[in-house]
Amino acid sequence: MTAATFTDTRGRTPVVRSRGHGANVLRRLLRNPVAMIAATIILLLVLMAIFAPWLMPADPYATSMLKRLKPIGTEGLPLGSDELGRDLLSRLMLGGRLSLFMGIAPVVMAFIIGGGIGILAGYAGGWLNTAIMRCIDVLYAFPSVLLAIALSGALGAGITNALVSLTVVFIPQIARIAESVTTQVRRSDYVDAARASGASSLLIIRKHVLGNVIGPIFVYATSLISVSMILASGLSFLGLGVKPPQPEWGLMLNTLRTAIYTQPWVAALPGLMIFITSVSFNMLADGLRSAMEVKQ
Amino acid sequence: MIGYLLRRLGYALPIMLGVSFLCFMLVYLAPGDPLVSILPADASAELQKQMMQLYGFDRPLIEQFVRWLWRALQGDLGHSIATSRPVVDEVFKAVGNTLMIAVLATLIGFTLGALFGFVAGYFRNSWGDRLASFVSVIGVSLPNYWLGMVLVIVFSAQLMWLPATGAGPGGSGSWTWDWEHVQYLILPALTMSFIPMGIVARTVRALVADILSQEFVVGLRARGLGEWGVFKHVVKNCAPTALAVMGLQLGYLLGGSILIETVFSWPGTGFLLNQAIFQRDLPLLQGTILVLALFFVALNLLVDVLQTIFDPRIERG
Repeated sequence: MTAATFTDTRGRTPVVRSRGHGANVLRRLLRNPVAMIAATIILLLVLMAIFAPWLMPADPYATSMLKRLKPIGTEGLPLGSDELGRDLLSRLMLGGRLSLFMGIAPVVMAFIIGGGIGILAGYAGGWLNTAIMRCIDVLYAFPSVLLAIALSGALGAGITNALVSLTVVFIPQIARIAESVTTQVRRSDYVDAARASGASSLLIIRKHVLGNVIGPIFVYATSLISVSMILASGLSFLGLGVKPPQPEWGLMLNTLRTAIYTQPWVAALPGLMIFITSVSFNMLADGLRSAMEVKQ
Repeated sequence: MIGYLLRRLGYALPIMLGVSFLCFMLVYLAPGDPLVSILPADASAELQKQMMQLYGFDRPLIEQFVRWLWRALQGDLGHSIATSRPVVDEVFKAVGNTLMIAVLATLIGFTLGALFGFVAGYFRNSWGDRLASFVSVIGVSLPNYWLGMVLVIVFSAQLMWLPATGAGPGGSGSWTWDWEHVQYLILPALTMSFIPMGIVARTVRALVADILSQEFVVGLRARGLGEWGVFKHVVKNCAPTALAVMGLQLGYLLGGSILIETVFSWPGTGFLLNQAIFQRDLPLLQGTILVLALFFVALNLLVDVLQTIFDPRIERG
């Protein structure tokens, strides 16, 4: 790794400083073309979702019996129209808001809650670790889709319930990773040294543990966004997430399912959006993971 | 070995108990009075009494759970609200149907995934490797409910080669292993096979690359063993792990079949769950989830045990 050379303002001895770990990771990530393409696509999707109200060519809620299920490329309907004659392009753009939000939010919440639980268990060790991790193991024992369906099926349809179910699905996965990295750090010599020199637990967690475990936990969490996108849209596809007439890709895919014989390619479009988003997040997460692995 | 097996079992039993408790609690998660939510709207006084007896809502929670579990162990998971048939009967009929597509999907996914994985692991950084890695990323990023729709669009709506939905011309009641029926299996199983294919490909690629870089392979080559002979050693070395991954994938497919079964109207556990959710049939929901989750835990245990038996290199602490 090359080190940057600095000369201070008075032109004295050059101070040799190496770049921080974060800068190295970022530099390796920027050199990975696949990850950069994925990041660009995600950025465009996010911008599209944020600015949808200004970018939309038509009202995504305006129905028209005359314009039902028009093919892609119809005059005034660039991506066709849905089963109620609403402009599909506008609905896809606005739908990105809820779809992206419902895919990302559960992972963020699980990162905070699951990460906290895992770090606590890993740092505490002993019986508290056993107690916490056995509970986590019970949740982990369910296949993700089944747990999401079980929880949101029992709670009932709705955005909040879907978010809660998905967060619970990802908590055990993140907690497990957090627990294992924290346990490793806790057993390291520098933590022993800090404790011997009289540092309090809180200080050790803040100064030594967090800095070393957040990276791996974050990388793992990013790799979950792709699954979360698919699952969140899947819940709406089943009718367990977003309720009509709100546009959301999974729900749109569900309502357009009846149109596969009349306008098959229009019906497949919302799914294509889910797929593009999920592949992009997957590739970005892959790139981030290989950028974090320090290979000198 | 015996010690390990006992310890592994000792670890699985509390997990199974916890899983059962979570399933039991599903009824309480549902909004409203649990008794009301598991009874049909026009419940007779007799049914109300029966449900009170089954769940014992007037008793402490732990006692309720123990009673419920005791009955579940004896094969009594209550009655479906919608059909008033025993939940156990409904679930096991559906499990059979789901197993059909899940097993077929696992076999397809494993065969293709192992093939891609071997090509990628053997020819690292070649175009074959890149293609295989690409296929495996696609496999795990595809929303399978959408893939199912696309396959229906192509093979049913456009080409009209295969039927789109259902489980045979006469419904699910009269399944036989002839082309008339088997053609209904193809699209759901193919759709389901993409995720295991991607995961198996990734695993096998890493395994093959790792084994090829080990000294014993260099040793085999140095002693003049042909490429075919080396290949046989590589297969033998990565088989236990690859097969373990395949076994777990079957469990994930069984638990996650709801989306695919909804797309294809396949009368399995996923379809049953879908019905249970939208008819607010909580006993059915609870029973189906319990059976699927316990099956998954048991499968995990079985895979672990088999792996220990067949791969003596693995030493478990």
